[in-house]
Amino acid sequence: MTVAVVRFPGSNCDRDCLHVVEAVGGSAAYAWHQDTALPAGTTAVIVPGGFSYGDYLRTGAIAAHSPICAAVRAFADAGGLVLGICNGFQILCELRLLPGALADNTGGRFVCRLVELSRESDQGPFLSQLPTTLTLPVAHHAGRYVDAPDRLDALAAQGQIALTYTQKTDDGRAALNGSERAIAGVVGGRAHNVMGLMPHPERRAEARLGGCDGRPFITALVKGGA
Amino acid sequence: MSRLSQLTDTDVVDIAAAEEAGLSDMEFARAQKILGRVPNKVELGCIASMWSEHCSYKSSRVHLKKLPSEGPRVVQGPGENAGIIDIGDGLGVCFKVESHNHPSFIEPFQGSATGVGGILRDVFTMGARPIALGNLLRFGAAHHEKTPRLFDGVVRGIGHYGNCFGAPTSYTDVAFANAFNGNILVNAFALGIVPLDGIFLGTASGVGNPIFYVGAKTGRDGIHGATMASDAFSDDEELERPTVQVGDPFREKLLLEACLECFATDALVGIQDMGAAGLTSSTFEMASRAGGGVHIDLDKVPTREAGMSAYEKMLSESQERMVLVAHKGKEQVVRDIFAKWELDCVEIGRVTDDGMVVLEQGGQEVARVPARPLADEAPKYDRPCHPATMSLKRDERVADMQADNVKGFITRLMPQPDVASRRFVLEQFDRHVGASTLVDGMHSPAAVHDVVDSPADKAVSLCLVARDDLCAIEPSSGALRTVQEAYLRICAVGHEPIGVSDCLNHGNPQNPEQMNAFVEVIEGLAQACGDLSVPVVSGNVSLYNETDGRSIWPTPTIAMVGLGRGAPAMTVAPGDAVVLFGAWPERLEGAFGLRLYGKLTDRTMFADWAHGEVLRTGRAMREAVAAGQVARLWPMVPGGVGRMAIELFDGIAHGLEVVVPKLAPGPLAAEDRPVGLGIAPQATVEALTRQHPDVQVVGKVLEEGRLRFVDGTDEVTFERADLARRDEAWARIVAGVR
Repeated sequence: MTVAVVRFPGSNCDRDCLHVVEAVGGSAAYAWHQDTALPAGTTAVIVPGGFSYGDYLRTGAIAAHSPICAAVRAFADAGGLVLGICNGFQILCELRLLPGALADNTGGRFVCRLVELSRESDQGPFLSQLPTTLTLPVAHHAGRYVDAPDRLDALAAQGQIALTYTQKTDDGRAALNGSERAIAGVVGGRAHNVMGLMPHPERRAEARLGGCDGRPFITALVKGGA
Repeated sequence: MSRLSQLTDTDVVDIAAAEEAGLSDMEFARAQKILGRVPNKVELGCIASMWSEHCSYKSSRVHLKKLPSEGPRVVQGPGENAGIIDIGDGLGVCFKVESHNHPSFIEPFQGSATGVGGILRDVFTMGARPIALGNLLRFGAAHHEKTPRLFDGVVRGIGHYGNCFGAPTSYTDVAFANAFNGNILVNAFALGIVPLDGIFLGTASGVGNPIFYVGAKTGRDGIHGATMASDAFSDDEELERPTVQVGDPFREKLLLEACLECFATDALVGIQDMGAAGLTSSTFEMASRAGGGVHIDLDKVPTREAGMSAYEKMLSESQERMVLVAHKGKEQVVRDIFAKWELDCVEIGRVTDDGMVVLEQGGQEVARVPARPLADEAPKYDRPCHPATMSLKRDERVADMQADNVKGFITRLMPQPDVASRRFVLEQFDRHVGASTLVDGMHSPAAVHDVVDSPADKAVSLCLVARDDLCAIEPSSGALRTVQEAYLRICAVGHEPIGVSDCLNHGNPQNPEQMNAFVEVIEGLAQACGDLSVPVVSGNVSLYNETDGRSIWPTPTIAMVGLGRGAPAMTVAPGDAVVLFGAWPERLEGAFGLRLYGKLTDRTMFADWAHGEVLRTGRAMREAVAAGQVARLWPMVPGGVGRMAIELFDGIAHGLEVVVPKLAPGPLAAEDRPVGLGIAPQATVEALTRQHPDVQVVGKVLEEGRLRFVDGTDEVTFERADLARRDEAWARIVAGVR
């Protein structure tokens, strides 16, 4: 029963994710980007934030072609729980495990802020235990979720829009970064077992860090894998 | 560059080439005496770099030793890559602040980014994992034509490097003044946690041990960076652009992880960052510290470009590179770790016992210079000093301020860039990566970081302070005040101040008035740090911050580090008490608020804080916050109690009512006393005022989001919307930049 934390060169939330899994009572192990298999006994996977391979191409694009990502895809296809946070979300989109893509923030600046979020769906293990509103920190330069309008409609219809930013512009985009339909996170996979989100639940899952709104995501990984 | 560029590596130089490299006649003569002959071009390059102001501290060394650097907790004082202080349980906090002023003025994004990169390497070469970054920035006047681009570029550069590297940038201090129109200040600070039994130093010992070059490849960037930082600007600074290095935070992150993996093995003897003067300073310093020599084969140095001369390789300041010395027989351990992280790792030489730095290229010896004498006999100047001859006058603006009212004063204060909300800058920095940030500098006088995985709830705190405005008036008293303010900021988060890193930004040391200011600043710092028992364990000096004969204000930046358990509670509720530590300030001389009433025409006096009062208030604030009797607290800052009330109001969802002795600008603007303004929960306020008789209740937290100042008869109210002018002050400055 191990939560695997994928480690690319340039991942910088890998240690935080390992720590938080252990803080909620789970066990975690790193999976190196050049590995071809997840650690033995892996029951859930986190693709953490950071700047994988320096993000010199499109964010997450190079990471999606690494050996470990083939193993992550197989794991997800078999119904395994996969959570992509920030750069990890970008990577899951590049892998086509999740629909859409993340583009540069409309403001053109990196933004680090505590944001209010609304849960838009209760589909799957990540969302069923979440409260309807929560507060989590974001820290990204490319968090603007984009996709074609008909695909966004389909996402909404299938309950795949997981989280939205509460503060919106007049045309319904996120005031924070311009995300279409203010999307902060989506779920995918046949059992909604794959989730990607721009906010960082691992940074707000312990009382010492000022709040625990991120904890359900981590517990879902630990419990769901049990 | 004409004379030097005509010479090949091994050509013997002449006095014209030496002068071009930055050596005076006397220094050139001294170099020849040490060598016993005339140096060739490579040797000249090494000597001129090592003897540059930046590397040798030749104008400042005689004065720097006056700073107190010892204390029971000090593990590593000045002289290494960074200082270390014992924080108990086998752990140390390792930190340093350093300037990157000149490169940031020439190319703000890359200059500031590489400043962050350099200070991170200084900390992690010691064996520490960086857990916090901070910075102190000074720009020209907000309306100066160069300020928007410089401000925007510097903030983006700092953010880019720290965000990508993955260390939280949790504290910033920004101010603007005409004195920095031609020379901005970019002072970067890094703090890491190191196991006390896992500290590494920059030493090349053990004859026969292999010397490795690790990290990025060497290019032609940054050549002469150290000598550039040792000279004044003229108006053609644009021409200097090629000497600014380019940073790669992704590679630095790999370098960090590889180095930390190496530290955990028993393979390493010593390690040194290739910072200013690159391969030259790292090899000479490592050899001289160990009292031995090194033999380096420059053909093995990984290069980005073909055909680099030995001179270029020795002086390149390409970023993200390290020199490390391994134990003989452990070469493969080192190679395997760096291969895993896909970094160059090449054995470029070995440690010798002849005391010489010997460089070889193309099978030919290109330099042979004794390491120790070059360090020991580096030039040292006690430069002439002459106090500035301006008499202190009464400040005529005091009367203008007194004629104003509270509404007018606070309304003028809000949009002032120097006391504005830090949100615009801090939101561009990842302040939470590492999951250690308990409180950042957005609404707190200091940032607080958890020491993750340490016993109990051990936490460290940090702040950076500069009172360049006061140092411009009286360097010694200004420096004293700088330390006192930093000290109180740490106390205000309930921590004990345990150490200091200083970055001394000054003008041209060959100008006796500037030199005098430098000496007086050191005196002020020495007195304050001695009185308050906070040793100075690391730092740097940046001189020649001068353009066309105009020097910056003398600016000692003080980075203060504290130790405590956890952070202030931060949570407040309506009905909680607003409390004042100490008596209401009274005298307006030297107050920041006077600037709202016209330009300073003469030097005017400002009131010194009594040492005993700083100690007493500091202790009371520390104890009260640590005991949970105060949830949020601001010590005296530029802008007075008025600003402190605004800072508190800005950080909470509710409102504040502050009862002032008299509804006039005076008590809200004066800065003559080291007081604190805080919020005490209803349940603890009685115990607080009983235990600390100097604490008085001066108001309460309101349900509605308003800031209200009242006296017995009248009131002045500000709405939350009024904060917008303060919130947008910095964004407005860069609004036109693209």
